[in-house]
Amino acid sequence: MSLITQPKRIPKFYRGNAACPGCPIPRELDILLEELGQKTVLVVPASCSTVILGDTSGMPATVPVVHSAFAASASIASGIVRALRMRGDNDAIVTVWAGDGGTADIGFASLSGAAERNEDILYVCYDNEAYMNTGIQRSSLTPHGAWTTTTPEGKREFKKPLPFIMADHKIPYVATASVAYPFDYQAKVRKAKQIHGFRYIHLLSPCPPGWRFDSSLTVEIAKLAVDTGIWPLFEIENGEFRLTGVSKTHLDKKNRKPVIEYLKLQGRFSKLTEEQIKEIQDAVDEMWEEIAARIKK
Amino acid sequence: MVQVLKKKALALVGNHAVAYAVKQAKPQVLAVYPITPQTTMLEKLSEYVSSGELKAEMIRVESEHSAMAAVYGAALSGARVFTATASQGLLYMTEMIYWAGGQRVPIVAAVATRAIAEPWTIWDDHQDFMSKRDAIWIQMMAENVQEAYDLTLQAFRISEDERVILPVMMGFDGFILTHTMERVEVLEDHEVDSFLPPRKFNLIDFSDPVGVGPIAQPDEYMRIRFEAMKAMERSKSVIEEIMKEYEKLSGRKYDLVECYKCEDAKYIFVTIGAWSGDAKVAVDRLRNEGIEAGLLKIRVFRPFPKEKVQEYLRSAKGVIVFDRAYSFGSGGILANEVKASLYGLQTPVYSVIAGLGGKDVRPLHFQKVMEDLVNEKLEEERWIL
Amino acid sequence: MINVPEGIPIARPKIGSAGKTGLWRVERPEIHYDKCTKCRLCVLYCPENTIDLLENLYPQIDYNYCKGCGVCAQVCPTKAIEMVKEVK
Repeated sequence: MSLITQPKRIPKFYRGNAACPGCPIPRELDILLEELGQKTVLVVPASCSTVILGDTSGMPATVPVVHSAFAASASIASGIVRALRMRGDNDAIVTVWAGDGGTADIGFASLSGAAERNEDILYVCYDNEAYMNTGIQRSSLTPHGAWTTTTPEGKREFKKPLPFIMADHKIPYVATASVAYPFDYQAKVRKAKQIHGFRYIHLLSPCPPGWRFDSSLTVEIAKLAVDTGIWPLFEIENGEFRLTGVSKTHLDKKNRKPVIEYLKLQGRFSKLTEEQIKEIQDAVDEMWEEIAARIKK
Repeated sequence: MVQVLKKKALALVGNHAVAYAVKQAKPQVLAVYPITPQTTMLEKLSEYVSSGELKAEMIRVESEHSAMAAVYGAALSGARVFTATASQGLLYMTEMIYWAGGQRVPIVAAVATRAIAEPWTIWDDHQDFMSKRDAIWIQMMAENVQEAYDLTLQAFRISEDERVILPVMMGFDGFILTHTMERVEVLEDHEVDSFLPPRKFNLIDFSDPVGVGPIAQPDEYMRIRFEAMKAMERSKSVIEEIMKEYEKLSGRKYDLVECYKCEDAKYIFVTIGAWSGDAKVAVDRLRNEGIEAGLLKIRVFRPFPKEKVQEYLRSAKGVIVFDRAYSFGSGGILANEVKASLYGLQTPVYSVIAGLGGKDVRPLHFQKVMEDLVNEKLEEERWIL
Repeated sequence: MINVPEGIPIARPKIGSAGKTGLWRVERPEIHYDKCTKCRLCVLYCPENTIDLLENLYPQIDYNYCKGCGVCAQVCPTKAIEMVKEVK
């Protein structure tokens, strides 16, 4: 290879950070920051990203970052955006980059409060489906049947339907995304950037150590999540529900791969019984009925 | 040549006096969450914002934790901010209080002091305010509504001073000051503008991106805490300097402590907060009885004015510290601070715990205690039940 | 430039904030350029943003920081990337 050729692009989220091998967070942040631009403030609560963002000796982010207490990210973001407006930075974007714990559990009150006030912030929840930073404990976004250190028999409860809950807050934009479909994710970030008010993106972020799969399979698993219909790609813009990408074909059950294709690759589902697998398949099918109903509205 | 100072005076309850001071300080972002006894302050601030008298963003947050989080975020981004709370709310926002103190962000918060549950209560004592003494915040308490107004303005100036850069908590007694109307001399708006120059502190700069508050390795953490300690120590002289400047503007004298007839006193009360007024009345009555009584009022609780306490109390025959807060398993909080300041000296210190949960305390209570001390009938720690 | 007061915890952007993460590898991705079709899927999917797209549109792995996760090898449609054992 010629040594005099230069890279076409410097990433917006630097390499050599503390993320696990195969962790999609640095890639997800690079796509996000590339789309949002330099005038972005990231608000990051306690999560894997806190550690990935390094210590006082240096951070991989190339935009201002405000580290937040676990429960407070949406509120800190609200304060930042109001102050930026007061000082005239009307085109600056304040983005919360929070895990599932900081969004659906401890951060739920401040999330719901900021959404109800329709604060002008973009909230991206990267969902690795457990409290991964503290060593794989279950959260309300852990799926049914998954092994975690606090649910060694498999989680009994089903996943909290967070995107739908956020849509019911009547905010202007809600979307789901998967790192396996980066252009779909990128397009949603781009669209969210143009909208004012509270925008919510729920991003699937597979975790090799937490979900128990080989680090090379991150993209494959993120793809199967969508292809089995477990993780539908959609956006809800001012109440109007729209499937995006390959999910557009999934209203017809025949086009959805059976959930077992997704589950069998992950060690966290290795102890599922036939009955549990059927429960999961049924829950997915039921969710798609609800999606069909939302589209009709 | 006689110079006549024309002063503007208003009749204001404590909450409205603080709201008036906040309005004059021109904060850009406010976060409000109601809690008794601070609610009428926030209502007044809402009126100011809604009428346009105060041009600020008001965030009607969903909890006190979010209130402190919101003003923290806004303060980082260059805005002058304000919030207020009490008791349970102050406890709920404690995580963010430490967050702001540790990150050294200039914020002003007013605390309408109120006792802490359980048992359930809405009435006044100092337990909530005192419980934040380790959080790297400057803490000041007002004796009356005039002080509440004055200290609020001073708080904005102190927190933003480049030699300090610390959040400031202004405490004033719930109901006793918040809901009591007094004659308050207020500064003119242009005078406040000259006293409070535009804020410079900002950590959000898109051309120089920084991460605010990342993980600190142990060595670095220790060093950061050391710098915070130095900032706290430095702030003592800065506060004195700013208070002298305020005196030129207002004609009212302020200092870290206030000595009331204590220079030649043999027996000295030490108090903080509104009941200092009751203590002053008691001092006068005791003087009439022939007892050489005095009062040392603590105005700035953090940083604790150790040197002043030593200076004024060293030669006393007896010191009686009145506490409206208690550290269970240890002793009165102010009493412990005073004893620590007098370490090595022989001054006898007595601790009186009174007024918890809003229990009424009057000059006669102060009087009786000092009479008991003079007659050698006072125990080391007395609870007035 | 921001004026940061002394002793306030902040961090500035830095490549390699966790050190030379290339040392983490036990397997190393080798690109067989004769099989590479310049589709850029490896560049798109590398979780660590560690594969650079060169001006001539070929990918180049930054071995200083590549953690050896194997995603590039898994997504490459022509199997032009081979994970080779690398134990020091």
